[in-house]
Amino acid sequence: MATYSTNEFRGGLKLLLDGDPYVIIENEFVKPGKGQAFNRVKLRNLKTGRVLEKTFKSGESVEAADVMDRDLQYLYNDGEYWYFMDNDSYEQYQVDANAMGDAAKWIKDQDQCNVTLWNDQPILVEAPNFVVLEITDTDPGLKGDTSGGGGKPATLETGAVVRVPLFVQIGEKIKVDTRKGEYISRAKD
Amino acid sequence: MCDRLRARADLLRRVRSFFDARGVMEVCTPVLSRAAGTDPAIEPLRTRYTGPEHPRGLDLYLQTSPEFPMKRLLAAGSGPIYQIAQVFRDGEYGTRHNPEFSLLEWYRPGFDHHVLMDEVAALANACLQSSLPIEKIAYVDLFREHMGWHPLEADLSILEASAREQGLMVEGMASRDQWLDLFMSLVIEPRLGKQSLTFIYDYPASQASLARISLHDPALASRFELYHRGVELANGFHELADPVEQRQRFEQENLQRQERGQRQLPIDENFLAALETGLPDCAGVALGLDRLLMLKLNASCLDDVLSFSLKNA
Repeated sequence: MATYSTNEFRGGLKLLLDGDPYVIIENEFVKPGKGQAFNRVKLRNLKTGRVLEKTFKSGESVEAADVMDRDLQYLYNDGEYWYFMDNDSYEQYQVDANAMGDAAKWIKDQDQCNVTLWNDQPILVEAPNFVVLEITDTDPGLKGDTSGGGGKPATLETGAVVRVPLFVQIGEKIKVDTRKGEYISRAKD
Repeated sequence: MCDRLRARADLLRRVRSFFDARGVMEVCTPVLSRAAGTDPAIEPLRTRYTGPEHPRGLDLYLQTSPEFPMKRLLAAGSGPIYQIAQVFRDGEYGTRHNPEFSLLEWYRPGFDHHVLMDEVAALANACLQSSLPIEKIAYVDLFREHMGWHPLEADLSILEASAREQGLMVEGMASRDQWLDLFMSLVIEPRLGKQSLTFIYDYPASQASLARISLHDPALASRFELYHRGVELANGFHELADPVEQRQRFEQENLQRQERGQRQLPIDENFLAALETGLPDCAGVALGLDRLLMLKLNASCLDDVLSFSLKNA
């Protein structure tokens, strides 16, 4: 069982706490001049995304979580699971809806995604920060309105809905920031 | 970079003129010593000298504070003294810690810790170019006010419940003092001294360090700390002068070190011998100059006021 001492704590380190994998977001060393030192740590649960703060006595050790980030290619969805492949080893991974989270509504076949594996099982999929998707449905809007103010909802080929400016039409491709779910621009081609 | 250098030079000038005006003499004592403080919460760095006098080598410790040699000077009749010293502590690095830092330490024969607190406040105001009011709160009252329980008498289960409430459950806590340190550091300290120089005094006897036990209450020690804007700035004592009790404390701390699996440290026999000859009744204090500079410049971390920190020293 690998462990980390508090001296090894830093942002990005993966720990196992109460049976769940966590990543350290922030680590602060706190110590009274003449007293016990502590590490005040902010952690994100890699399964739920929830952030919590926890305090450790400095010098204690904590079990490491066997967590790895892999760049995997999205292959297809069979209605229940999403399938990804490691392009180097050709190993395939089956991902459930829970681990897919929001990423499911942004990705298309062939997209490369960062997938977090815990004990070799996918627990979190991150869509690329920016994706280009085609608009399959939107209100045609008012002719001649190029102000861009207000905007309207548009459904994308993956089923996601984003707000777009009034001048953007069905069949056009747009660039979207998946972290905020926001329209960025019309795509060049 | 040049701004922080100028600010430090200005701070040092203020410190020196403050003590000049009060007839306190600046001294220099060795950074290296064959002995070390035994406090289990302070880990010294060790180095080794080899050469004339010690052809087979001599272990030496970098000072964690200049306290012992300065008290030897006091016992030798120096009168009031101060020192601006580089001190070293293993295992300490963070927004308010660096393994090497500047400590301003001074001793006042004839003062008790309350008189010295007033002088510490005067120095802090002179350095910060402020006229902050002084606030003094006894340690026991502080915990009653902020935590709602008595730090020495409340059952440990109450402390644990308090920790759970605050989201501060920590595993492996072995003593009441560790819990008190936790609440002090993470709950109380950030609230202290928002617009004042706040002194906490009369610490639990179990945290006496090198302070004498209070004449009025054997459960308390004549120790104080200064906080400003949530930062611990200084720690002072009405100094323990009894060589027998001092030796007992050293030995007890070395036992605690052994229990915790820490290295036992050589006791400073020269310092104990000085106590035997007689330390004048005095109070002394150590103040973190880098932290004071950090507050003066509104910097968010110690690295921002050091010429070079652990990261690039």
